[in-house]
Amino acid sequence: MTSLTINDTPHVVEVEPDTPLLWVLRDILNLTGTKYGCGAGLCGACTVHVNGIPERSCQVSIGDLNGASVTTIEGIGTPGQLSILQQEWVACQVAQCGYCQSGQLMQATALLQENSAPTDEDINAAMSGNLCRCGSYPRLRAAIHAAAKRMAD
Amino acid sequence: MAVGKILRRGFLIGSAAIAGGVAFGTYRYLQPFENPLDPAAGETTLNPYILITAAGVSIITPRAEMGQGIHTTLAALVAEELDLDWQQVTAIHGPPAAAYLNASAMALGLPTAEYDDRSIRRVGKGAVRVAQKLAFGIQLTGGSTSTTDAFDRMRRAGAAARMVLTQAAGKRWGIDPILLKTEAGQVIDADGRSLSYTDLAADAAQIIPPADPPLREPANWRLLGQTLPRLDMVPKVTGTARYATDIDLPDLLCASVRATPFAGGTMIGLDTNNANTLPGVRQIVSLGNGVAVVADNTWIAMKALDQVDVTWSPPAYPATTEAQMARIESAFDTRADSTLRDDGLAEVVVEAARAESLSLVEARYTVPYLAHATMEPMTATALFKGDQLTIWCGTQVPTLARDTAAAHVGLDPDQVTIITTFMGGGFGRRSETDYTTQAAQIAVALPDVPIRMTWRREEDISHDFYRPAAIARLTGAVGPGRPEAIDMAVAAPSVLAGQSNRMVGFAPPLADKLLVEGAFDQPYALPNFRVSGHAADTGIPVGVWRSVGHSYNTFFLESFLDEMAHAGELDPVAMRLALLEPEHTPSARTLESVAAMANWGQQLPEGTAQGVGFCHCFGSSVAQVVQVSDVEGQISVDHVWCAVDVGQALDPGNIEGQMESGILFGLSAAMFGQITFADGVVEQSNFHDFDSLRMDRTPLITTRILQNNLRMGGVGEVGTPPVAAALANAIFALTGQRIRDLPLANAVSFT
Ligand code: FES
Ligand code: FES
Repeated sequence: MTSLTINDTPHVVEVEPDTPLLWVLRDILNLTGTKYGCGAGLCGACTVHVNGIPERSCQVSIGDLNGASVTTIEGIGTPGQLSILQQEWVACQVAQCGYCQSGQLMQATALLQENSAPTDEDINAAMSGNLCRCGSYPRLRAAIHAAAKRMAD
Repeated sequence: MAVGKILRRGFLIGSAAIAGGVAFGTYRYLQPFENPLDPAAGETTLNPYILITAAGVSIITPRAEMGQGIHTTLAALVAEELDLDWQQVTAIHGPPAAAYLNASAMALGLPTAEYDDRSIRRVGKGAVRVAQKLAFGIQLTGGSTSTTDAFDRMRRAGAAARMVLTQAAGKRWGIDPILLKTEAGQVIDADGRSLSYTDLAADAAQIIPPADPPLREPANWRLLGQTLPRLDMVPKVTGTARYATDIDLPDLLCASVRATPFAGGTMIGLDTNNANTLPGVRQIVSLGNGVAVVADNTWIAMKALDQVDVTWSPPAYPATTEAQMARIESAFDTRADSTLRDDGLAEVVVEAARAESLSLVEARYTVPYLAHATMEPMTATALFKGDQLTIWCGTQVPTLARDTAAAHVGLDPDQVTIITTFMGGGFGRRSETDYTTQAAQIAVALPDVPIRMTWRREEDISHDFYRPAAIARLTGAVGPGRPEAIDMAVAAPSVLAGQSNRMVGFAPPLADKLLVEGAFDQPYALPNFRVSGHAADTGIPVGVWRSVGHSYNTFFLESFLDEMAHAGELDPVAMRLALLEPEHTPSARTLESVAAMANWGQQLPEGTAQGVGFCHCFGSSVAQVVQVSDVEGQISVDHVWCAVDVGQALDPGNIEGQMESGILFGLSAAMFGQITFADGVVEQSNFHDFDSLRMDRTPLITTRILQNNLRMGGVGEVGTPPVAAALANAIFALTGQRIRDLPLANAVSFT
């Protein structure tokens, strides 16, 4: 049994402790915005925040999360109330198939929380674990810069 | 079974129509298809593309949204003519139906050069459309055809609906409809009174729509030609877009699949005892050539697959990459399956070059098998209840997915409902039906239980319908100032034969265009030019992969042209321009444009070089220049310039996005993509050994869109073909090393 907070809501999950957080989110809590891409920490599609740090949820066991605070894509904004980063994602028309985008947004949100004015090199360092088979990288980069600029203004 | 019969008979009609005699076909063609929409109480449908509800107008966009932005562009076609504001537009995929079949797609298989109107007229594009309507009736998203296919049809749907809505308003007010105008989903009279489409829909449905409503001139367009905000953007940035792997139903169970590692093989022994006892495992289902584990969650299902004890029949094909390539090479010894270009006396000139003053160039090129590796692995959700099967899936071929699944589980197609979801990438992979049929099999084995099936990434990489490995043998002769001849032979497993066999049970009796496209059909006025294709039977399943034959033939031909330019001491751009100009002006302008963008011919800094590549494909002309630099002995890919002539640019922002996407897809493959075999098994398994470009290695990309081509071309696949050759040519310019085998990373290292 694991007690944790997800998107500010307390949850008690009863499942084998070695179950990856990814599958708890998707299959048990129906938070399907977080995606499975590789199950091996290679693609970043499953990225969420655990206590504010971006983590690959396919690599985190639920048993290790007692008392933890988890944020998923559903927790950073909604269609009616987009975060600044999500607004810039829309303005730059970043997403193509969209499947990697939850992970990209979670990774980029964490980047901007830590570094309010990232350089291209900072963006490369933070984002290169997140694969996009559609090649949305040029727009992704533009959206991160645009959001950083807006947050600074 | 029933499917096979219908399709087979259909195909024969199709062949007859291609050969001539379309009177019967023409008659049938003029009959409108039944409107497949089934409006609920209070809803009205005016034609297969328009559903009007209390909330407003929903536009049916019956092509699969794989990331290419097609829902947005198709919806804009209707909205333009119907006078909807963009904020009012909603799009839904709609049901699989004959009304939505893709009439343009079959023309792709025709042995004609697309840039050449004369050759298309000879075969008769119209005849083919009729043939396809009668025959395949396949609702396909592929071949970069969606927009060209819909361009007239969906605008007319919007225009016809606008006319009947206006007439309905005129009747209600007793005013001549000519005095009424439409705006933002309303009909408005001279005094400013207004009636909403929702209000008028039921009346409008009683009026017979015009068969051939006039369409607006492009100069008057409000939406088309503009970059529109994508309709799927907000759902995709908030995690609320639903893919087939996200469907939530009460009491749902999760499944994953492990099929034989030996393509085409079967399971000859199965022991489920170990796996059955694992906590959370509910059932193990035999699929004939594999097993599915159904469990409480996906993780348990994926893990338990390895505990199932299975014996597979051994591979019935050459079991190593070397043996595979040898099998492909041996196809050169057989008669060519397609020689779609044979101008002048290519072999004679090449022969003469051996003796005379012409420079002789000879080369052998190879490319490997490639996986699609869509970001979302193969997934589907299915429920069998009563005698009805419902499948939620991301598919490029909903009618085929329905019919194939039905045949496999012994249902009639009308007992199967396909609900097409967003898909996490397609690239051609989702034009196959293996995974949708698996979901059907599992659901039928567990009646009344919704099953959500998600493949492991390892299954996805190792159970693909691969881009074929291919070999080219080229000889060429360059005279003073210009190339005189190219004789090119290509050997590869046939995508056309493979996919047709899976769809209809036999290969079509047509020359295999896909084998040689990107070579024979290029608008080069080369006086002596022969291209022949040799289909190889390798036993490895092959399928369409973003840009199909162009993905390898463009690499072969454009690299070889570069070799010829260097042998003849010609500038690679100028040499191509001289060949394009007399044959196809828009293509010449495209190449010229990219050369100007990249400032081709300038003095580049030390350790920097450029390479060029060109292709005419899917009705568009595309040219690219790649710039590379030497960083301590490693190659850095710095910039890609791309000029593309799409004839008519409906959404420039989306076209630019598709070029970037296609270029990065092609670059990833060219730099490090390969699927190899050992002991009959695919050696790659996940993104560590089948990787793609990441953010840090993504070059700058600059795109310019041109509109000189007379007809509208496709965009989804067009960015991919030229980039491999442009990069290899740049590496040659930088290092003097000519790399003739992909991936390039086997020969050089990248930063
Ligand atoms: S699914 Fe977790 S990193 Fe790919
Ligand atoms: S948008 Fe398709 S994988 Fe990133």
